[in-house]
Amino acid sequence: MRTIFFILRKEFRQIFRHRVMLPMIFLMPIIQLLILSNAADFEVRNIYLHVVDRDLSPASRRLIGQFAASKHFVLTQTSFSAELGFRDLEANDADLVLEIPADFEKKLLRENEASLHLNVNAINATKAGLGQAYASAIIRDFNNNLRMEWLDMPDRQNPGRFDITHSFWFNPDLNYKAFMVPGILVMLVTLVGLFLAGINVVKEKEIGTIEQINVTPIHKSQFIVGKLLPFWIIANIELGMGLAFGKLVFHIPIAGSLWVVFGFAAIYLLVVLGMGLLISTVTETQQQAMFIAYFVLVVFIMMSGLFTPIESMPGWAQKVTWFNPIAYFVDVMRMVLLKGSGWYEIRLHVYAMMAMALAVNTLAVLNYRKVGA
Amino acid sequence: MKSIRIDSVSKRYGQVRALDQVSIEVEKGELFGLIGPDGAGKTTLMRILVTLLLPDSGTAEVEGWDVRKDYRKIRRLVGYMPGRFSLYQDLSVEENLRFFATLFGTTVEANYDTIKDIYGQIEPFRKRKAGKLSGGMKQKLALSCALVHRPTVLFLDEPTTGVDPVSRKEFWDILSRLQEQGITILVSTPYMDEASRCGRVALIQKGKILGVDTPGGIVKEFQYPLLAVQSRDTYRLLQDLRRQSWAHSVYPFGEYIHLALSGPIGENTVVHLLESLNHQDIEVHSIVPGIEDSFMERMRAMEENGGIYPKS
Repeated sequence: MRTIFFILRKEFRQIFRHRVMLPMIFLMPIIQLLILSNAADFEVRNIYLHVVDRDLSPASRRLIGQFAASKHFVLTQTSFSAELGFRDLEANDADLVLEIPADFEKKLLRENEASLHLNVNAINATKAGLGQAYASAIIRDFNNNLRMEWLDMPDRQNPGRFDITHSFWFNPDLNYKAFMVPGILVMLVTLVGLFLAGINVVKEKEIGTIEQINVTPIHKSQFIVGKLLPFWIIANIELGMGLAFGKLVFHIPIAGSLWVVFGFAAIYLLVVLGMGLLISTVTETQQQAMFIAYFVLVVFIMMSGLFTPIESMPGWAQKVTWFNPIAYFVDVMRMVLLKGSGWYEIRLHVYAMMAMALAVNTLAVLNYRKVGA
Repeated sequence: MKSIRIDSVSKRYGQVRALDQVSIEVEKGELFGLIGPDGAGKTTLMRILVTLLLPDSGTAEVEGWDVRKDYRKIRRLVGYMPGRFSLYQDLSVEENLRFFATLFGTTVEANYDTIKDIYGQIEPFRKRKAGKLSGGMKQKLALSCALVHRPTVLFLDEPTTGVDPVSRKEFWDILSRLQEQGITILVSTPYMDEASRCGRVALIQKGKILGVDTPGGIVKEFQYPLLAVQSRDTYRLLQDLRRQSWAHSVYPFGEYIHLALSGPIGENTVVHLLESLNHQDIEVHSIVPGIEDSFMERMRAMEENGGIYPKS
């Protein structure tokens, strides 16, 4: 323990003495947060639609058929109860719930007016907004078609009309930044963990100090912990700073518990630091480590659901994201901060993260030994 | 008891044989030199002894501990100064020294008497960053760090490479004083002239040991009369001398050519021959052979013998 403390002290001394390191750690996140959360826009496909059809009439079938034919929607479920639809919404199995009341066709025919209800999962604000707009367009189409057909009918001069009301769940104002900022925070924390930690270990190799360290009696584990722990701490501080900044500047909601956020971050960082260590074992210079870390990071971020929803990726890519730690953390951040999810709701994410932490670190340490003595 | 025992150690990197059946024994308290050109295998041997590298075959022991099995024990006992300066450039002199002391679970104060001879010279600059030190001071700091835990065996890999002649002499004086404290020192160097400062030396070339002896013994083994020859066109001189039947060996040594004679040929005969070949500014004089001559001779003999040095 004492040895680890001495290594930690040395690491922090070096970090705080580094001309580029400090601004990189504390200034860059804020700048990136400001730039990134004001940029980027999406196009939405594969909106999961749950239809609550209590009418089961030719008119309702026709409406559903039009939804199913649209490239924007994937009909995942039809049921008869609004509860089931809402449960799907909560479980993230549906993005949109279309509720068709029992007397839809009857009212449409008799009173020339009928109402539909759309429930939208607005965690992904852009997706929700666009989904709602697409749905309205389809319904308007449906409405117009009906009108035309009925105009042809001699005995029905007044075609029916109906209105749609909708409500956004979990992100009622459709605040796009509330959706982006938590994700960007994940990226920043990952940057610190993966880049700085990996580079920090390789640096000892590059300047040859690892030789001096290796001929001392300290254990490899002490050395590794001493090298990585500073960045675990710094990344957590950075997450705290980022959340505070997001709250103050972007007014992001913090619906869930911060304990859950930091608890998950603690495990997540083990994965990221393990990856940094793994990279450092296969490289000889800081430049090489940087290059590999950059490659890994870009792929992971692009496939994390941060900028483009995972749901709109092709099937194989969605499977790849099962092994993407960033995707899990982005998801958890949004679930906890926007939806108020607790440990129970994110339990699968936690298990996945634990498994990954174990796998990555085992691999890294084994590889480290092989390269060492 | 032997301090270092190396028995038929071999190590290869792909196709390159870095060490080939190397066997050396070093007594306790000895100042032992490992002398050979760049790429001879000196660093590889050092790294095996300080447990940074595993040998492919053969055994090596330091203070009776096996480098494979007892590497933890060895790491407590040895001090190692790598060829390249490898301390933290962004930490101060004092911070570097204290850091390495803590890694061995000791303090600078507890071992101050071991290092004060060396550390005392750089102590006035203890607040300075290691990266800002001059070459000689860096070297002293590295030695202080290698000594801070009172090692019984000290391994120095080319400590004087790239150091000015005055600092080199000073450094060897320090090593002699450390030897007086009873520390076994294994030092490698590409400089033949430094061999005379060692108690015994091993000559190493292409991963093979050419011989182990005292510096005097190695020189004494060179039994050919030796002449230093110089003329204006060194390259032609080299070619012309090599053609002579009485020339045992001809090697360029700086501005002179060292000519070993296999027959009873006088200086004048050589001068006359060179004059007849139209050489200008001819200078020929008899010299006492040095370690370098002996080294070249052994290397030549080894190559003629198909890579095996003939046992005398």
